[in-house]
Amino acid sequence: MRVALFLTCVNDTLYPDTGRAVVKLLTRLGVEVDFPMAQTCCGQAHYNTGYRHEAEPMARHFSDVFRGYEAIVTPSGSCAAMVRELYPRLGARARAEGRGNTLERMLAPVVPKTYELTEFLVDVLGVTDVGAYYPHRVTYHPTCHGLRSLGLGDRPRRLLRAVKGLELVELPGAEECCGFGGTFAVKNSDVSAAMGVDKVRNAESTGAQVLCAGDNSCLMHIGGTMTRLGTGMRPVHIARILASTEEEPAV
Amino acid sequence: MSATYLGMPGFPPPSHPAFPSFPQAAREAVRDETLRGNLRHATHTIRAKRAGAVAELADWAALREAGKQIKDHTLRHLDRYLEQVEEAVTAAGGTVHWAVDAQEANRIVAGLVRATGETEVVKVKSMATQEIGLNEALEAEGIRAYETDLAELIVQLGKDRPSHILVPAIHRNRGEIRDIFRSQMSAWGRPAPEGLTDAPAELAEAARLHLREKFLRARVGVSGANFVVAETGTLVVVESEGNGRMCLTLPETLISVVGIEKVVPTWRDLEVFLQTLPRSSTAERMNPYTSMWTGTADEDGPSTFHLVLLDNGRTDTLADEVGRQALRCIRCSACLNVCPVYERVGGHAYGSVYPGPIGAILSPQLRGTASEIDASLPYASSLCGACYEVCPVAIDIPEVLVHLRERVVQGGPVTRGGNRVVLQPAKGHAAERAAMRVARWALTHPGVLRGGQRLASRTRRFHPRSLPGPGRAWTGTRDLPAVPAEPFRDWWQRTHGDGEGSE
Ligand code: SF4
Repeated sequence: MRVALFLTCVNDTLYPDTGRAVVKLLTRLGVEVDFPMAQTCCGQAHYNTGYRHEAEPMARHFSDVFRGYEAIVTPSGSCAAMVRELYPRLGARARAEGRGNTLERMLAPVVPKTYELTEFLVDVLGVTDVGAYYPHRVTYHPTCHGLRSLGLGDRPRRLLRAVKGLELVELPGAEECCGFGGTFAVKNSDVSAAMGVDKVRNAESTGAQVLCAGDNSCLMHIGGTMTRLGTGMRPVHIARILASTEEEPAV
Repeated sequence: MSATYLGMPGFPPPSHPAFPSFPQAAREAVRDETLRGNLRHATHTIRAKRAGAVAELADWAALREAGKQIKDHTLRHLDRYLEQVEEAVTAAGGTVHWAVDAQEANRIVAGLVRATGETEVVKVKSMATQEIGLNEALEAEGIRAYETDLAELIVQLGKDRPSHILVPAIHRNRGEIRDIFRSQMSAWGRPAPEGLTDAPAELAEAARLHLREKFLRARVGVSGANFVVAETGTLVVVESEGNGRMCLTLPETLISVVGIEKVVPTWRDLEVFLQTLPRSSTAERMNPYTSMWTGTADEDGPSTFHLVLLDNGRTDTLADEVGRQALRCIRCSACLNVCPVYERVGGHAYGSVYPGPIGAILSPQLRGTASEIDASLPYASSLCGACYEVCPVAIDIPEVLVHLRERVVQGGPVTRGGNRVVLQPAKGHAAERAAMRVARWALTHPGVLRGGQRLASRTRRFHPRSLPGPGRAWTGTRDLPAVPAEPFRDWWQRTHGDGEGSE
């Protein structure tokens, strides 16, 4: 199977560890991973801030780069949701504006083959025990787009429960948004910060050392709040936990 | 928000200086510890109850879909159904009036009340009359409107503004309510009983005694309606307290102000909404009082009935392909109760009678996006999607929010006052627009992206953890992540070669 890693612009620039973890994990599971160097960004920030027309060339570029692969895997619930849920909408809106179905046709091939990492593991590879080892107390925050747009359900938790040494503790108010929300974090920074603090306090109450999630953008907001509040917890992307082994443990 | 309004609770126009942009209003609200405590408690309680009430129904998803389809069908043929309503109401002895906007509706109602020779009216809780500021308009004509819903009464006595669709005084706790009753009731009628405490039963009894004399005296009632059944011209009001029923049956004249989107074609359609509405709003299986009336009846209830059909921006909203779904709303307020933003700022920051997620998509459509508050409402959301998940008529609120953001920053064709106009992009967003364009250019040219990443990595030792100026919006409360020594793509190229695609 020709699988492409769509790392996302945020991970590529700020969280290369997450990318290395996905490569390590998928390779261990026998998947041949490619990283097309021409990849950039899915266009989500533009779209969600109201710049739909600016997002279109980015979506077209995404399709150009990834169309040829059998599966596209991304360690981000919200970027996967952009492709799966919003690319079809981009096409439909272009058609409604009298621009025909060119965009729709161009984007259609990548929509069904784009998977968020945990989805790809559970649904496509059919594994829940990925042979990981991570001897820490962990609480899991389901990020909104993974939870509600993609419907990831209990897939991430099933994967975490199978990790050797990992103690999974429930996060109170888990399904509440952490307050990141892309440009919301800046445009409504006071509300965003208040939501972040509540999320961190809930996480602290579990006694976990690690807060795990499948979106580094949310983790950047939560982690930035954690250090500012001086909590001892740390944010860790789920890919890094699933990639961790006894021989090469992640922290 | 400490702006004080004399007279009845209502809303000045959105351009009023009392309405700063949402982020500005939210900043103050977030810091109000009492408010946040009240809201957290109230929203979390009702949230859990709603989830339980909805989970009881195995066919919830089908009911939700049916509700959506009934509303969409009705909105598609609204002209026809409205004419059917007019015919049926007239045939049943009522009089139908058409109001294109708030001013016209207020003028009609004031005229009707004046014609009765009365100077007071009792009111059933209604969003439409608040939307048009009816109480203030009547006050200006020397007519006093008494709110009779318990929570509306608290708001009215407190010279406050409602902050929730269903529980307008949700921002108040029991102690505050007791203080309002003690100090204000006497100015409006029967004073609060001596030694009133904050026990819920005592507060309810005080309100009951205070309102009873109003019910018995009033000769004109004013209401809205949750539904209007087109086939028979029947109006429906759904409530919990029974105060609405008093206003609907005791007075001689009844005037109902109803938004044109409240129509459903048949009685059969009520089957869906009378299940989904109470469970979504109060988490009740069935609401305690469902009042239905068709025109007038001899010797029973009001002898004169007027229906004022209100447009006030609804036809304009209907013209927008994406935004029109907001007109499906049945005002259950489930979206407010689950909204993490509403939970932290309360309803006043939304600057409209429609707060929370539904307000954020309805106000900028009914009123347009010209004012500061209306242009900022589409951004009052993290797009977490919790509202869409609970909405009993499946309004994709995040989709409409993003659509309205586009209207603000890019402009484009809209319908205002029945005319097709092309909006200019909002001025305040010029810098953002330029930045977005540059970002788009960089992000469609991998080489440019890579250059930027490398520059960031090489200079990372000099990166501050806190930013000045606009960057403080992030670093005021959160640390920035450290930039890694090399971006992923450099690592990949070092370890795997050039890969598939080229730059
Ligand atoms: S938008 Fe939906 S959830 Fe919100 S009040 Fe209206 S019907 Fe209820």
